[in-house]
Amino acid sequence: MTKVTMTVNGKAVSAEVEGRTLLSAFLREGLGLTGTHVGCDTSQCGACVVHVDGKAVKSCTMFAADADGAQVKTIEGMNNPDGSLSVVQQAFQDHHGLQCGFCTPGMVMSSAALLAENPKPTEAEIRHYLEGNICRCTGYHNIVKAVLAASGQDAAALAAE
Amino acid sequence: MPKDHGIGASSKRREDVRFLSGRGVYTDDMALHGQTYAVFVRSNVAHGRIKSIDTSAASKMPGVLAIFTGEDFKDVGGNPAGWLINSRDGTPMREPKRPVLAHGKVRHVGDAYAAVVAETYNQAKDAAQQLADDSDIEELPAIVDMKKAVADSSNRVHDEIPDNLCFDWGWIEDNRAAVDAAFKSAPHVTTLELVNNRLVPNAMEPRSSIGEYNPGTGDYKLTTTSQNPHLTRLLVAAFVLGIPENKLTVVAPDVGGGFGSKIYHYGEEALVLAASRKLGRPVRWTAERTESFLTDAHGRDHVTKIEMASTKDGEILAIRTETLANVGAYLSNFSTATPTFLHGTLMAGPYKVPHVYVNVKTVFTNTAPVDAYRGAGRPEATFSIERIVDKMCRELNLDPFEVRRKNLIQPDQFPYTTPVGLVYDTGNYQATLDKLIELADVKNFDKRAAASKAKGKLRGMGLSTWIEACGIAPSNLVGVLGSRVGLYDAATVRVNATGNISVMTGAHSHGQGHETVFAQIVAEKLGIPESSVEIVHGDTSKIPFGMGSYGSRSLAVCGAAMTKAVDKIIAKGKKIAAHMLEAAEGDITFEDGKFSVAGTDKAKTFGEIAFSAYVPHNYPLETLEPGLEETAFYDPANFTYPAGAYLCEVEVDPETGKVDIASFTCADDFGHVMNPMIVEGQVHGGVGQGIGQALLENTSYDENGQLLTASYMDYAMPRADDVPFYTVDHSCVTPCTHNPLGVKGCGEAGAIGSPPAVVNAVIDALHRGGHTHVKHIDMPVSPARVWSAING
Amino acid sequence: MHNFDFVKPATIADAVKALSAEGAQALSGGQTLTPTMKQRLAAPSLLVSLTGIAEMKGVCMGDDGLSVGAATTHATVAKEAAAHYPALAALAGGIGDPAVRNRGTIGGSIANNDPAACYPAGVLGSGATVVTNRRRIAADDYFQGMFSTALEEGEIVTGVTFPVPEKAAYVKFNQPASRFALTGVFVAKFKDGVRVAVTGASNNGVFRWAEAEKALSSNFAASAVEGLTVSADDMIGDLHGTPAYRANLVKVLTKRAVAAAQ
Repeated sequence: MTKVTMTVNGKAVSAEVEGRTLLSAFLREGLGLTGTHVGCDTSQCGACVVHVDGKAVKSCTMFAADADGAQVKTIEGMNNPDGSLSVVQQAFQDHHGLQCGFCTPGMVMSSAALLAENPKPTEAEIRHYLEGNICRCTGYHNIVKAVLAASGQDAAALAAE
Repeated sequence: MPKDHGIGASSKRREDVRFLSGRGVYTDDMALHGQTYAVFVRSNVAHGRIKSIDTSAASKMPGVLAIFTGEDFKDVGGNPAGWLINSRDGTPMREPKRPVLAHGKVRHVGDAYAAVVAETYNQAKDAAQQLADDSDIEELPAIVDMKKAVADSSNRVHDEIPDNLCFDWGWIEDNRAAVDAAFKSAPHVTTLELVNNRLVPNAMEPRSSIGEYNPGTGDYKLTTTSQNPHLTRLLVAAFVLGIPENKLTVVAPDVGGGFGSKIYHYGEEALVLAASRKLGRPVRWTAERTESFLTDAHGRDHVTKIEMASTKDGEILAIRTETLANVGAYLSNFSTATPTFLHGTLMAGPYKVPHVYVNVKTVFTNTAPVDAYRGAGRPEATFSIERIVDKMCRELNLDPFEVRRKNLIQPDQFPYTTPVGLVYDTGNYQATLDKLIELADVKNFDKRAAASKAKGKLRGMGLSTWIEACGIAPSNLVGVLGSRVGLYDAATVRVNATGNISVMTGAHSHGQGHETVFAQIVAEKLGIPESSVEIVHGDTSKIPFGMGSYGSRSLAVCGAAMTKAVDKIIAKGKKIAAHMLEAAEGDITFEDGKFSVAGTDKAKTFGEIAFSAYVPHNYPLETLEPGLEETAFYDPANFTYPAGAYLCEVEVDPETGKVDIASFTCADDFGHVMNPMIVEGQVHGGVGQGIGQALLENTSYDENGQLLTASYMDYAMPRADDVPFYTVDHSCVTPCTHNPLGVKGCGEAGAIGSPPAVVNAVIDALHRGGHTHVKHIDMPVSPARVWSAING
Repeated sequence: MHNFDFVKPATIADAVKALSAEGAQALSGGQTLTPTMKQRLAAPSLLVSLTGIAEMKGVCMGDDGLSVGAATTHATVAKEAAAHYPALAALAGGIGDPAVRNRGTIGGSIANNDPAACYPAGVLGSGATVVTNRRRIAADDYFQGMFSTALEEGEIVTGVTFPVPEKAAYVKFNQPASRFALTGVFVAKFKDGVRVAVTGASNNGVFRWAEAEKALSSNFAASAVEGLTVSADDMIGDLHGTPAYRANLVKVLTKRAVAAAQ
């Protein structure tokens, strides 16, 4: 067992974990933060994306022990302090960027990371950035629209509707 | 000005708030006191005889609580097929038992033959590996190729089925002679052999189940990833475990997509219940993604020869097909209906074809079971028809738009009876084709093609005009066709004493947005805010009954049941209002949430009537029961027939064979649209999956029955950069004539109409680029296949 | 996966010491190793994380070229190498997806030497030097076939030093599922000649295409490659492409890389 200490959504947490405990499992089973989903075993689907020290990572492909000392942010930490949806989350609702909701936490975390790096991404940049997040429901149309809208661009015009 | 609430408004989805905040509750998110973990031991050979399973070492491993093998379930029932199909000679299909755990033989890679339950997941996993090491399974030759399977009776998936054939179905057998005669005298015959590629549905949430047995009451609860909790309850209770239906609750909480794969009952659900009964503790299981690839019911997998008889100017005279349809190792619940009544009955498409004959042989192989996947049978029919129409146009040098226009059923011909047993109630296929040509800017295609050429790319355009039968549906009809269940649906509308409303629906929402759309409909009908209506679904203990969500049926069938229940509420409300307003019931009108006496200003609000029903101080108690709650079951008179026209433009890189979707345009007729935003989202998703089938997705077994595409490393899922923005339109409306909302269903359209449009576009691009020797490329039209076709 | 102990040393010396233990394995970004361990195809008893070693991180320009610490993530290389060696930065920025690039490292990639990985093409195509805790290894000697390198027991990659060419480009054709390179070609033009390295295509892992190097050294233009043929012998054949298809890609992508490097 290894002792890990990290900050998750602004709260300090500390626990003894096995070496093999993945960050995704630590969040879900250890902390009850089940918004982070696990959709594959090969680091492809992106449902488990969280931010570690401000960067998007696949939490199913990082050991909890390797996140010792890190600042971790999950989907549960994305809402505004008053509980309302943040700009990215609200854009997903406004533009119907989700259906079953399973890929959504990872999609939101990746989109937020993109916007932090690139506040006004083009459609092509968004599509390229989201290649590590698989959605089976939306055909991606409304996800890309939502990210355009969250960046303050005219999503409807850019989606040529 | 678009509506901002009620029917026809693009109301934002209420369910999104929880999903976007990480507060959705999917099965695997639930933590239960005292929970234990099940892990399955799965065959790593495609076909084998189980000689022995030595449980002694595994059972002594740390944390192990119980071990189950096929032996434990040999005396309980099997998971049944939902449809009985007869062969052409009248004999019933072969229906081998599908046990909870394989017994005697394993029949596909991933076939579970044992399970371990332990205190922790890792302990169960360790013991499962030990058990696999301690199992002696004699490998037998694998049966993978369908043609070989039916030709070689010495090698059998099921020992009692000599030719590996489930049935040999003819539709419609009596028409066969006339069809053959039409071909004999036809001026032109086009022939095409094609494969409709096997797909893995890949809902992003892997299957997951939790069994809970309460030793105090003898009640069972199954929480599971299901599109169809009542059917699962029926199958587990009545067919598999023999639990009284009233002692079993099935809950399908938030479910992360289904696309067909979660309609069915799977053995893991029975196992966690049986294990929980044995241990008196909750038992949970969640699939790893590779387990999903190996064991979720796959889709499609047809090998078809289609022939089309026509005049030299493209009038279709007859269609004849022979299909081998793979059902895999066992019959999944709908697997016999998919290649037959959801496929053969659509083989006339939207066209005036006088003669059609369809032959389907379903074949057992040592592969995962195959069942309905988004579209189910109708994409296979549409692909065959739309590909051969295109090939006919090329052979006769005819314009594909004009040939389709000429053959489409005319608007004044409805209701239209097809030669394959359906009656299309309504439609206007010319209208959607015209709309498509306008939206896709077909007239400027040559300019775009020239621009592509300047970049070294070949541009092509592909058309598909398609129809589907949805709202699966009328019990009397499906009963004739072999269904062992009814296909109605049910809803309860409960008006609470304070006037707000709970609606319990048999339809299950796993991405479709029922919680929003159904509330819009009820709110509109009752003249109350949407926020006053709550939709409850996915719990057999709360809902009267339901047949679940698939086949684009939720709104057309369950929505209709809900509408009927609301009508009953209004009818009862009028009785109460008549009493309170001292007027005749016939004089009461209901509008904008108010019951009024016609021609007067006397009125009661909906809330006042609801209050009166629950506080019946001034109430006609001698003639009317208190309370305001109504249930309706609805069984439609027919399928619904959404239809549309799709156009895809592609750019092909001739040096690498890579196909890029340049644009994709859809003109659909879904009847009345309840929430345009959601309808458009459904089409986007369907088209995305159709593009996936056409260009990317390939389920490949090697000759030993090993699944080569068992993870996202090899199974190519469409990603954001594989697809464009789509142009979708649903402004052409011919309302369904037989359900109260006039709706047709939109969930499967995109997946049905798009694959042939993509492939037709690729062939078009290659022909325009001078590669006229390429007649067909099987899906997925991968870069390597396109390059080989060009250079072959 | 099987359980293991986890340590995260702060220095190369401590890492090497930890790795001398029986069953120890180095963990760099873990983007390949972790999925492999989930499948129980690897079962180390001790994982030694290299991501906490400051001296193995970073990108810096020096007299002998661009040095990249082995524990530097792809994302960092994509960003920090852009001004010095844009083709290498672009290669790093095209590996996997953003989340993978935030964890995956150059050292992990070339120590694993996946036949479809991008970095081996960049390292071999640049004629870079692989630096380990023991020695400096020329790229030509380092890559020794699929999943095989010159690394010895107890030896870890600590950095890579890239000579910066006059012109270079990497063009990758994605395997549609994994997004690894179905084939990728790195072309680099130096004062004294051209190097062409190919990944994804060969059963022998990353390789140099000598004929193209010769042709391009005398005429650095896509047309110089036109008359060459690539043998399909020893090319990988799988679900996603036949050997002949990959051989075709080698030539097509080489032309495109030359064009992109202009």
